[in-house]
Amino acid sequence: MKLDINGRVHEVDAPPDMPLLWVLRDLAGLTGTKFGCGMAQCGACTVHLDDRPVRSCVLPVSAVGMRKVTTIEGLSTDNSHPVQRAWIEADVTQCGYCQSGQIMTAVALLDKKPDPTDEEIDTALSGNVCRCGTYMRVREAIHLASKLKRGVR
Amino acid sequence: MTLSRRDFVQSAGLALTGLVVTFHVPHIVRAAPTLSAPKGPPPPNSFVRIAPDDTVTVVLAHSEMGQGMWTGLSMLIAEELECDWSKVRPEHAPAEAVYARPNRGIQMTGGSSSINSEFDRYRIVGATARDMLVRAAAARWTVSPASCTVAKGVITHGKSSLRFGEVAEEAMKLTPAASVPLKKAKDWKLIGQPVKRLDSPEKANGSAKFGMDVTFPGLRTALVARPPAFGAKLVKFDGAAALQVSGVEKVVSTGNGVAVVAAHFWAAKLGRDALVIEWSPPPGGGLSTETQMAEYRELAKKPGAIAQEVGQVEGGLGGARSVLEAEYEFPFLAHAPMEPLNCTVKIDGDQCEIWTGTQFQTVDQGAAARVLGTTPDKVQIHTPFLGGGFGRRANPASDFVTEAVVVAKAAGVPVKVVWTREDDIRGGYYRPAYVHRARVGVDDKGNPVAWDHVVVGQSIIAGTPFATRIKDGVDETSVEGAKNSPYLENVPAKRVSLHSPKSDVPVLWWRSVGNTHTAFAMESMIDELAHAAKRDPVEYRLALLDKSPRFVAALKLAADKAGWKKPLPVGRARGVAVHEAFGSIVAEVAEVGVEDGRIRVHEVTCVVDCGTAVNPLAIEAQVQGCVVYGLSAALYGKLTLVGGKVQESNFHDYQPLRMFEMPHVSVTLMPNSDAKMGGIGEPATAPIAPAVANAVFALTQQRLRKLPLRLA
Repeated sequence: MKLDINGRVHEVDAPPDMPLLWVLRDLAGLTGTKFGCGMAQCGACTVHLDDRPVRSCVLPVSAVGMRKVTTIEGLSTDNSHPVQRAWIEADVTQCGYCQSGQIMTAVALLDKKPDPTDEEIDTALSGNVCRCGTYMRVREAIHLASKLKRGVR
Repeated sequence: MTLSRRDFVQSAGLALTGLVVTFHVPHIVRAAPTLSAPKGPPPPNSFVRIAPDDTVTVVLAHSEMGQGMWTGLSMLIAEELECDWSKVRPEHAPAEAVYARPNRGIQMTGGSSSINSEFDRYRIVGATARDMLVRAAAARWTVSPASCTVAKGVITHGKSSLRFGEVAEEAMKLTPAASVPLKKAKDWKLIGQPVKRLDSPEKANGSAKFGMDVTFPGLRTALVARPPAFGAKLVKFDGAAALQVSGVEKVVSTGNGVAVVAAHFWAAKLGRDALVIEWSPPPGGGLSTETQMAEYRELAKKPGAIAQEVGQVEGGLGGARSVLEAEYEFPFLAHAPMEPLNCTVKIDGDQCEIWTGTQFQTVDQGAAARVLGTTPDKVQIHTPFLGGGFGRRANPASDFVTEAVVVAKAAGVPVKVVWTREDDIRGGYYRPAYVHRARVGVDDKGNPVAWDHVVVGQSIIAGTPFATRIKDGVDETSVEGAKNSPYLENVPAKRVSLHSPKSDVPVLWWRSVGNTHTAFAMESMIDELAHAAKRDPVEYRLALLDKSPRFVAALKLAADKAGWKKPLPVGRARGVAVHEAFGSIVAEVAEVGVEDGRIRVHEVTCVVDCGTAVNPLAIEAQVQGCVVYGLSAALYGKLTLVGGKVQESNFHDYQPLRMFEMPHVSVTLMPNSDAKMGGIGEPATAPIAPAVANAVFALTQQRLRKLPLRLA
């Protein structure tokens, strides 16, 4: 089947019930999207489907069709995306395993709400678990990314 | 510290991209130099390599699992080397004796020790390298090395200057100095500064490679069906249906489990679901939490093996004005790092390569060699980034490595064994369950005069190579933080004793180890005593701690920062705890409320005395992370066993703290601490549960003595 991933068409040989996560990781070789729970509880597998954040670990690849899939690799590989820049500046990451999912959720939030409040951040990001406990810096980075995106910093 | 000349060797190697000059400084206790082959990759025992393009590769003897030593250890070398920080490229060391942790004999990451155990070695490496580079430049200019200066990887004499990369090859030919002076603390440029992480860029764009991301042509993925109950054994299995699943290639026994080897994860998972397996029931019906806790409570009624005993405890209790008694209960806890366990193994003839996020490289290397009937030197360990560790990846039994080697050997193909979250939560190696019982006699001022403390819980090190550290029946990791508590300093009669019952459930160290329960028991009891004496909890503690000035200072500063005496809005209260672990003292004040019948933590004020702070930015992150990890356990963490089976399975019922519950956590370092450098990866974990429980008492008058904390 064909998939539009990060603006490129990929031809993959996947059973229809295979979650998008494993298609990305094991068939398309895009390992930036992570497996954490397999049941949409932790958000490590978050990718965008037509700019909306989805949990790829429970999304059968047959349900994707030709909608645009964006993974962490599709944001930018040189960290030029404002959210990535903010993440580095705020020194958010620890082990880093959940960070792709946190970043993808944050990007989708900022697309919808360019200047979110703490409460809006909490609501949007509460599906993304971080066992290292980077939450405070995630909040800080999202506020910073908002400023970078709006050009007010 | 001085180094003998024989401790140093030099070598040059050809890398794929051309000549890379290396000079390396092996472990200071290494007996004899090892000369590497003139060609081939850089030698395995180097700590720093400098390439002609000035790139400084720092080889890290510890694993980066979030705690920041990728950056911290690099800072130690760079401080003395005076290189250009932007040229520093850290990498994990292979498994080699030379990378053993100083004074431990094994290559490991744990005990909050990456920075303090390497503080001298890594600085000496940097200083030795700088000295050689300067001498090489001075020789080229025929001037005295003392007349040269170094900054940002450039050596200068008068108007002449040379980059490190330009003289690295000549430097390599010099004999390393027998000893090198290290900078005075006042001259540090990097140490003590808030330095940003070197691993951020690759973790922000998804290119960082974790064990889970390892891939190469021919690699298969395997999932293993393990016993559904602790103590259960594999009787027989039928893999026919599994083999019908598209993508499944092999079904092999692991001895007490069944592995399904497939082209990718999804096929392996469907294949495992299709296995038909008969397991024997666990002996005695298997462990159940309810009966275990009842047994532990019974055991706690009488003293166990003596960890600490001073004076006549029973007499002291008998003569006390009154006696307070309390029992504290702690469940099994899984570590649940974000990256589920995984291990990739490739066996080629008598050689074996392993890629796994491990905290225990040489231990795993030895375990793999035993499975293969070979020697450790035939086993190469590659350490990718660890998606969290928290102790789970430091297993003396090397469970996830041993199993993967068994699977690869049986399957005859390279495999990556992947654990699901359910496998992780139900796979054992937990923080043990404990019961504490404390009986404390107080005088007419409410001060303790006799303290009897019984701890009941499985030993973490029994049955492992670390068991030699069990003295007189006492595993120190079970009583650390209770034994020798500063609160017991002034108590004339005291006894801390330990029962270590066994079970089929394997246990392991979990971030801050024994302190996870001892800090709660001690700090809860002290709080109970303070309230019974109708004294302010901070004032009461300060009086008891009068012989422990570092505790007093941390507690006072935390109370001050938190505005301890300042009134709070209705519905809020504060609680406090102070505890030492891994040489660092952490005082925490938690501000707590109750929302919809649930405990809500709003603000946590932390004061940390860890001695010299190498990277304050990393320390802040670690302390905040410890609070989150400890708070997840305090509010939710619990594994329940019924008939040997763990009832919880994933993040919906083994809940971590989430963003909307994240309190504001402030971190203050004790200014001008001249204490010996302590650890930072774990110590702040332990005080949060008692600080919250003590706040809950102040708010609701409910004394919660069982974890996780649940309001009545």
